[in-house]
Amino acid sequence: MLRGGVAAVGLLLMQPLAWIPVVRRWRERLRPPGALEEGAFLGACIKCGQCVQVCPVEAIVLADATDGFGLGVPYIEPRKQACDFSCDALSCILACPTGALSHAVHTKEEVEAGIARLANPDACLARKGESFHGRARGDRFRGKLRYEEIDRWTPLPVRDHPYDRPICDLCVIECPIGDEAIRLVPLDDGSGQRRMTPRVRHGCVGCGVCEMICPAEPVAIVVDARAEHGEGRGRRRGRRRHDDSGEPAPGKDDDEEDET
Amino acid sequence: MSRLLDQLALALGRAPRRPEKVTEAAAAIHAAKRGKGVKGGELLEDIHEAHENHVWRNRRWIVLITLNLLFTLSFWIDIQLLEGSLTASRLFGFHLADPYSSLLVVLSEKHVPVNLAIGAVTIALFWGLVGGRAFCSWACPYHLVAEWAEMLHLRLAARGIVRDHPLHRATRSVLWLLFALLTFTTGYTLFLTLNPIGMLSRALVYGPSLALAWVVLLLAFEVLYARRAWCKYVCPIGLSYAFLGAKAPVRITYDLEPCAHEGECRKVCEVPHVLELTIKGRAEDAKLDVGPDCTRCGLCVDVCPTGALRYELKGVKRLL
Repeated sequence: MLRGGVAAVGLLLMQPLAWIPVVRRWRERLRPPGALEEGAFLGACIKCGQCVQVCPVEAIVLADATDGFGLGVPYIEPRKQACDFSCDALSCILACPTGALSHAVHTKEEVEAGIARLANPDACLARKGESFHGRARGDRFRGKLRYEEIDRWTPLPVRDHPYDRPICDLCVIECPIGDEAIRLVPLDDGSGQRRMTPRVRHGCVGCGVCEMICPAEPVAIVVDARAEHGEGRGRRRGRRRHDDSGEPAPGKDDDEEDET
Repeated sequence: MSRLLDQLALALGRAPRRPEKVTEAAAAIHAAKRGKGVKGGELLEDIHEAHENHVWRNRRWIVLITLNLLFTLSFWIDIQLLEGSLTASRLFGFHLADPYSSLLVVLSEKHVPVNLAIGAVTIALFWGLVGGRAFCSWACPYHLVAEWAEMLHLRLAARGIVRDHPLHRATRSVLWLLFALLTFTTGYTLFLTLNPIGMLSRALVYGPSLALAWVVLLLAFEVLYARRAWCKYVCPIGLSYAFLGAKAPVRITYDLEPCAHEGECRKVCEVPHVLELTIKGRAEDAKLDVGPDCTRCGLCVDVCPTGALRYELKGVKRLL
């Protein structure tokens, strides 16, 4: 019996892979639409991967052992493949047997996966007043996006869809939510140049399409996962995170005035 | 009824013991065999050779591999037959879920998601009919790789390189409770992170991952230190199925009369405590069902030279 007890405790301590994130710095992941608050989500997810199977753009992947406590739990790496709501129906939520992806979310506008942030304003082409011509992410990029005007039902590879914009506004034109989530506004810095900046607005759901489509390297706009339910949007709790560089996030500077 | 309780206690970890009462029929057979050697001598050797087969094992492996391939193909070539993995899935859109994993999720969420309940009850009913721990030997991918590791272990053990260190079987019951309690108190489903069944099932569907290192580590432990350790001493999924299938009509039955009491069946069995009734003088009746911890793997049926152990569908007829 004593042996059994020792074995039991030993087993719990032995699983070395689960402790990796404790040793390493915990990395916040962007969760699929409808995900519960992170702690509840990790507990509620049965790790079956049905959400992975139904996603038409294969945006959802399962976390590996390096994610430790989230082993087998789904997340989205938006720079590689964002959720573009191609399914319309939020298939991943419908597929989830445990409600880890909450059935309380019915439309893409209700999703609160995260919020976009202009992390590298200096890289943003619009802020430099530059145009954009060509493939958004190069010839080898494997990501897909729904180009509704071309094919309503099948997402197409981004590389097959070159752009030609007088001023780069890919994050704005490809946003599945639209004007409520992001818009391009003039940037008046007194230089007289025609410069613009993307402004993330209260409607942003954190799908990550802007991060995927952004042609700048390093990427100018990123999506931060929200940490708590309802905390994703400026409108509810205010901005959650500050820019890593310590600078304010210029894209969201004027959020508050949008929300009156 | 008392025998059932007795068998369940055995599954929970109590040591097997001699029966208190033996039926007249069994007593007569025991008496007739008394004084004669345990081994059947040359004749039995011949039968063993003639009988050498892997009928049930092969059938089982085919079913197990096919079932797991169904998961894989449903995703890979998108036939959408059986979507998900072994913890939860949908068969033609109908929800299925592993009962113990579902229980943990319910304990974590503190409410019962309808789809999960439908899935778990369906699976519980299914394996309740088709033999409880038959899930382990006929569906679980870890069982298959553990069987291969066991072959290696036995080969090394025969050469004296490794030795089996049996742990207390009650460990599994303690862990069953511990995992449930931890989930209830912390809200985190620790077991699902440790679970090699889920890891393997996901690896088969979604591609290999680093998590498989844990599976390899477990297998190495089983080869080098304790034979079939996960299945015997840890797996709460297996224990759950043992209880769910306690009255399952699909079972292995034991006939006292033809049994030569050599103990070959106990040597191949993952859970030999369920076969203690084959020890000379132990059987309390002339015909008995093998207890709920039995995985219905059929290895004993394959190895038994006299047909004393058989697959049976209770209430219908003998399968073989």
